[in-house]
Amino acid sequence: GVGTASLALPPASLEAPGSVQQLPVPGRDSPVARAHRGLTLPTVSHYRLFPKALGRLVAALGVRELHLALTQGFWRTRYWGQPPLQAPAGAELWVWFQPTVTDVDKAWKELSNILSGIFCASLNFIDSTNTVIPTASFKPLGLANGTDHHLLRYAVLPREVVCTENLTPWKKLLPCGSKAGLAVLLKAERLFHSSYHSQAVHIRPICRDASCLAVSWELRQTLTVVFDFFSSGQGKKDWSLFKMFSRTLTDTCPLASQSKVYVDISPKNKEKELLEVSPAPTSVHEAIVQGDKKTYAVYDLLSPSLFNTSRSLNVQLKWKRPQDTEMPIPTLHAQRYVGGYGLQTGEICTLIYNTHPYRAFPVILLETVPWYLRLYVHTLTIITKGKENKPSYIHYQPAQDRRRPHLLEMLIQLPANSVTKITIQFERALLKWTEYPPDPNHGFYVGSSVLSALVPSVTAMKDMDVEQSPLFASLFPSSDGSSYFVRLYTEPLLVNLPTPDFSMPYNVICLTCTVVAVCYGSFYNLLTRTFHVEEPSRGGLAKRLANVIRKLRGVPPL
Amino acid sequence: MAVVFGPGSVPGDLPRPLPFRDVQEMEISVNLRTSVTSRYEMRFRSTTAQEEAALAAATAREADAALHPLQNTALGSLTMYVLPETSSLLPQGTNVYVGKHRSALVRAGGSLAALQARLREVTQVMSFTASSIAAALSDRVPDGQLSPDARRYLKSSLGYEITFSLLNPDPKSHTVDWDIEGAVNRYVKPVLDKLSLVANFSVDSQILYYAVLGVTPRYDKESSSFLLSAHSLPHVINPVEARLGSSAASLYPVLNFLLYVPEHSHSPLYIQDKDGAPVSTNAFHSPRWGGIMVYNVEAPASPQASLPLHVDVDMARVMEVFLAQLRLLFGLSQEEVPPEFLLESPGNEGLADWELDHLLWAHTVENIATVSTTLTSLAQLLDKIGNIVIKDDVASEVYRAVASVQSAVTELSLGHLHGAFQASKEAVTSSERAFFDPSLLHLLYFPDDQKFAIYIPLFLPMAVPILLSLAKIVRETRLRKKEPTKMD
Repeated sequence: GVGTASLALPPASLEAPGSVQQLPVPGRDSPVARAHRGLTLPTVSHYRLFPKALGRLVAALGVRELHLALTQGFWRTRYWGQPPLQAPAGAELWVWFQPTVTDVDKAWKELSNILSGIFCASLNFIDSTNTVIPTASFKPLGLANGTDHHLLRYAVLPREVVCTENLTPWKKLLPCGSKAGLAVLLKAERLFHSSYHSQAVHIRPICRDASCLAVSWELRQTLTVVFDFFSSGQGKKDWSLFKMFSRTLTDTCPLASQSKVYVDISPKNKEKELLEVSPAPTSVHEAIVQGDKKTYAVYDLLSPSLFNTSRSLNVQLKWKRPQDTEMPIPTLHAQRYVGGYGLQTGEICTLIYNTHPYRAFPVILLETVPWYLRLYVHTLTIITKGKENKPSYIHYQPAQDRRRPHLLEMLIQLPANSVTKITIQFERALLKWTEYPPDPNHGFYVGSSVLSALVPSVTAMKDMDVEQSPLFASLFPSSDGSSYFVRLYTEPLLVNLPTPDFSMPYNVICLTCTVVAVCYGSFYNLLTRTFHVEEPSRGGLAKRLANVIRKLRGVPPL
Repeated sequence: MAVVFGPGSVPGDLPRPLPFRDVQEMEISVNLRTSVTSRYEMRFRSTTAQEEAALAAATAREADAALHPLQNTALGSLTMYVLPETSSLLPQGTNVYVGKHRSALVRAGGSLAALQARLREVTQVMSFTASSIAAALSDRVPDGQLSPDARRYLKSSLGYEITFSLLNPDPKSHTVDWDIEGAVNRYVKPVLDKLSLVANFSVDSQILYYAVLGVTPRYDKESSSFLLSAHSLPHVINPVEARLGSSAASLYPVLNFLLYVPEHSHSPLYIQDKDGAPVSTNAFHSPRWGGIMVYNVEAPASPQASLPLHVDVDMARVMEVFLAQLRLLFGLSQEEVPPEFLLESPGNEGLADWELDHLLWAHTVENIATVSTTLTSLAQLLDKIGNIVIKDDVASEVYRAVASVQSAVTELSLGHLHGAFQASKEAVTSSERAFFDPSLLHLLYFPDDQKFAIYIPLFLPMAVPILLSLAKIVRETRLRKKEPTKMD
């Protein structure tokens, strides 16, 4: 948030008009939804706002829910606060299929191939070696009847580089494209000049209205960008829309039913008037977001008064005096790194922090490790406050070489105000020489591990907040007022594997060939030369030289 | 084909008494190596009592309806009813009436020769002509010989995807609504139900906003309207095409039908033909791609009317144009019909039975040609790469394709159109599956010249002493020849 994180802009303020087409969900577990779990998903062939390419995909492959995120950079939870919707670096795809799909693996393969075409991403590299079937971490976010996890597939490609060519198809999915509305701000040259860029597409079935007699498909497109103004703005943290996007807002997408910009102006440390925004917002909205009371300045682009005074809207935020208050440390955050030395063994360490002063809560940890790091499960240790912490649920699926990765899911109880250290040792496998990717000395990525938790909130929340403002109706419904759902991703790891010298085969061929050829040459000469006795020579070099001189002098030679 | 003589229509110079059989063969040469033989087996007979009663109807349409249950309904079969020259069933000046199904009413025309010439014309209209066969085999026909229309027809495929797109480049001024679902059910579905014999069809629609044409129309002061000239039409589609979205989920060809509602600042917009006259339908089509129609919004009565204007598209008008374009794209135009012919309108189905046959004949021939091309290319690939591995399943697909294509040719020569078409479809499926099998990828095989290059470090040093000694031998023999015997 602007006011909150010293460096970050509220990313959700860029919520695209495409998501406005359907009403926000009352929540997966609302009594209405529960009563209508037998509803069938609609099949659509006539599209108005929903993009046809995705609609056809959903219909053809029996998709119930689809979540795709393409991310460049890493969200630093410790410094930037709780992310609105985090995604791991690279590409992340998780899909729930309908129970009618008989061959889920085939549909998954086909789906990733088609998505890779639509979004110009290398999602076609998703195969059985990086796909897992989590049992507890990922639940359907839309209407669902039955959560048989065999219909779920999850894959992360941490090596994927996200750039302009992925943004263009994402913008094309919006009904107004980048021609009108908030999306005119999305210029690639600015968006990728940032510390964090994450674009996502979420498709899920939701109730069409409050009575929930019919089901609609919801497409939610989110874009999260973090601009670092402290380092690029000579130590100043002031920002404006024009400074960020080199554009200002002039109009709305005519199809949008809502088009709003929210700026986080929450006061901190009880001190007021630290910052000011201009022009004056159309309204001020107070909400409890992720357990924290926040104040937002709202610019409603659809309100006629906004564009009356000036033709364009350039939201500006200025700090009244230089302030260096630290971000409050989020209740849950985590860290991961590779330990050990040498190229044979190593250790993956994960540190999970619970900074809540008095409440403990459980967290589900999902760890996906490629098969070429052979995990030693007996070395798994979980230590909290110097004591061993026994997980209440463990699901471990060992890897099979070249077939599937390791999957480790654990439910761990985090005591209040504690650090939990999870370590597991591994051995590095030797790959076949054709299995190395280009530039193998760069190292091999291990995807982020996923933490899912219901974090107890410090401030009590009211359910109705969520329904009033669709911006903060996160994908995850909150079960009750006292806690909120958080999904965090840790850093991806970069692990070096023993790498051979790839020019070696050719060098060996060259060397042996030369040796064989030299041997052959001398043998050949020995066998084919004719030897004969040489007659005594005409004399040495001195004699010949003397003869030449004598010839010049006209004297007969020796 | 059955030729049925009504009372008083039998020509005097029949070679044999009725009923009898006759076979006519004709060869259509496509190129130097390919030719198609058309063979008509005609059965001449006189009418039965039921048929006579049906022919006594007041109009040709009623007679056609009454005769329909009495006919052979196999695909590709035809029934001709010969009427006396003076019959009042056909209107004045019309000699042939082609019905909705697989029959025609023909005036006798006096002599047998005149009747046979007329029958030949009718059969060509109702089944196939040399030009429709040439269009189906357009890949093999030398360029100059093909009519420009032939390139317009869609290639034969197992399925087609039809996409209707409403382009609204100016959503600020127009909110456009179209009842596409109702229109598809009412107008498109009956046609596709009939065409389902030919291929699988899927229909969908979308609305695209801010999708503009690639050409800025010219303002015409006289009519105070905007004009798109014929020569600029090829440039119209490109920017739109990027927005249409490819059909990622299937491999069938897509037929696009676009309804373009021009921007408020470019309305009304008219398409001009080559002579500069406005096109009455305000639409054009692009060969093998689809069609575009410009739908002008009526200017509001008062200029102060607030934007956006609400527009409800008149789907009957739009679908009329799109269905005509669909027929054109499938090569079902009726331009080649001689003037004394009267064609019954196919009604709601949009397609007469004999037109379906027309399509099936052409697609069967095209499928057979495609299979032969595919298998030839596969054989050429195998010739080029000697060590390619043909897996058993690929081999069986090839065998199946060859068997199916042979059975298609046999069925075709027997006149069993339906069987021939099914067999040709199977042959296409099998041959494509064999050809596109991932194991036959050219790049999977290491070229021989590169293998040689790797062992150059071996071959080169080994070759040097051999070459040197060869040179030495040559030098010595030459020396020996110059001085033959120097021996004592």
